[in-house]
Amino acid sequence: MSEPVVSMRQITHAYDQKKVLNNVNFEIPRGAFMGLVGPNGGGKTTLIRILLGLLKPNEGSIKLFNQPIHKFKQWNKIGFVSQKANTFNRGFPATAFEVVSMGLTAKIGYLRFFNKQHKTLVLQALDQVGMLDYAYENVGNLSGGQQQRIFIARSLVNDPELLILDEPTVGVDYENVQRFYDLLHQLNDKQITLLLVTHDTGTMTEHATDIVCLNQTLHFHGKPEEYTSLSKEDLSRFYGHPVNIVTHNH
Amino acid sequence: MLADFFEYDFLRHTFFTGILIGIIAPLLGTFIVVRRLSLIADALSHVTLAGIAFGMLLEKRLGFVLLSPLYSGMAFSVLGSILIEKLRSVYKSYQEIAIPIILSGGVGLTVIFISLADGFNRDLMNYLFGSVSAVSQQDFYTIAGISILIIAVVALFYKELLTLSFDEEHATTSGIHAKRIHLLFIVLTALVIAASIQIVGVLLVSALMTLPVAASMRLAKGFKQMLFLSVVFGEIAVIIGLIGGYYLNIPPGGTIVMTAIMILLLSIGVKRFSFRYKKAGETNGYEGSN
Repeated sequence: MSEPVVSMRQITHAYDQKKVLNNVNFEIPRGAFMGLVGPNGGGKTTLIRILLGLLKPNEGSIKLFNQPIHKFKQWNKIGFVSQKANTFNRGFPATAFEVVSMGLTAKIGYLRFFNKQHKTLVLQALDQVGMLDYAYENVGNLSGGQQQRIFIARSLVNDPELLILDEPTVGVDYENVQRFYDLLHQLNDKQITLLLVTHDTGTMTEHATDIVCLNQTLHFHGKPEEYTSLSKEDLSRFYGHPVNIVTHNH
Repeated sequence: MLADFFEYDFLRHTFFTGILIGIIAPLLGTFIVVRRLSLIADALSHVTLAGIAFGMLLEKRLGFVLLSPLYSGMAFSVLGSILIEKLRSVYKSYQEIAIPIILSGGVGLTVIFISLADGFNRDLMNYLFGSVSAVSQQDFYTIAGISILIIAVVALFYKELLTLSFDEEHATTSGIHAKRIHLLFIVLTALVIAASIQIVGVLLVSALMTLPVAASMRLAKGFKQMLFLSVVFGEIAVIIGLIGGYYLNIPPGGTIVMTAIMILLLSIGVKRFSFRYKKAGETNGYEGSN
């Protein structure tokens, strides 16, 4: 098995005495297309925030690309499309080009200017997600699916090795969800490791190479076919309430 | 109409100071508006007034004339901006509460300083509504220096300011030092407000930072375009407002703000007209194709 890009050991975290993560051990193998599923309040977003260094866990250790998180500096290796990307201020007067160029801000560094080379990178990222024709459109005027692509392009412009997407398909219609997964497969084929946090377990099991189910502790880590073959009782135990997996392969 | 502004020194200083604040106020105002922090300018302008009142109190009571009220206003404004940032980090879930705290603190201090001085002469009125004759040569040089500093810092940190304004979480995860940039930004805002007060006055300074932005927002396609249009509208408002204020013998704060409001109304009208025109064009095109 290839080396993990993320390795989290014995992660425990609580908000005001309320434990949301309890002794979680978690790895993302390089090249995986991993789906992180679980109920609301199960700790998925907290786990992502810890992974991104936005939150320090009460206990446990994290390694990113084989380096302890406190020594890790190459944040441009990790692309992140947050849940908030779906709820950004649509009145913000920025073009798609400007939004994608924001992905390069940290990489360019302080007191340095955006140059022609950076412009080429932005246009390439827009092309990669099929949004080159909309480069100079106001991002607020684009559809939900198109905006989602712009936010992915903002992460891709840094040429990341790991792309994390938190609930990226909320508010996106079925047809665009399918196009979105096609895009993710293209990226995964280019050796970008993917971690996708979602409630849409059915669609996830159709596309992912690995499924992880989190509800305070890690209840499942395996292949999608193993996940779909779990009994209703097992799933209900993981989620804390009755669950059915609905897929679109009917 | 401009002849007087070039003939008399005090008017020339006012005019060129106006040109400078017509650039820097909308320049920072653009970031303030998109970050939904428009009221911060009001809070800081009231703290600046407290600083000016403090400077005038020192002048009146101690004859301490080395310190122009502009400098004490700036010092108070910068301190107020740092306090706002501190309060915003203390009340993370209610960050807007920092604004009324600082605003009322500024007004409270102003009242105390005015009382201690047994009232001031007409000068304080100039700071409330602006004046065409309030800018001395020394003030002009100070404001010119501040303007150069602000334009340079915004140019150097443009990409960080834009990234933070659009999506703070993404900016932080990508490694941008959000807190430091916030502090830098708010200190710059404090300096812009202190620099603008002599022309537009305490009560109207926030208008010069927000009205040109509100107008350009209706017309601009992207952020850079909005920034450019805001500065153009700010300049138009300042020039027309200064000349109008001088010839009508009205404090320029009022005429500048009313000009900015006219520009805003025009931009709303232009946007509506272009929208209807575009819609009509699309309808005609549709009918034509059948």
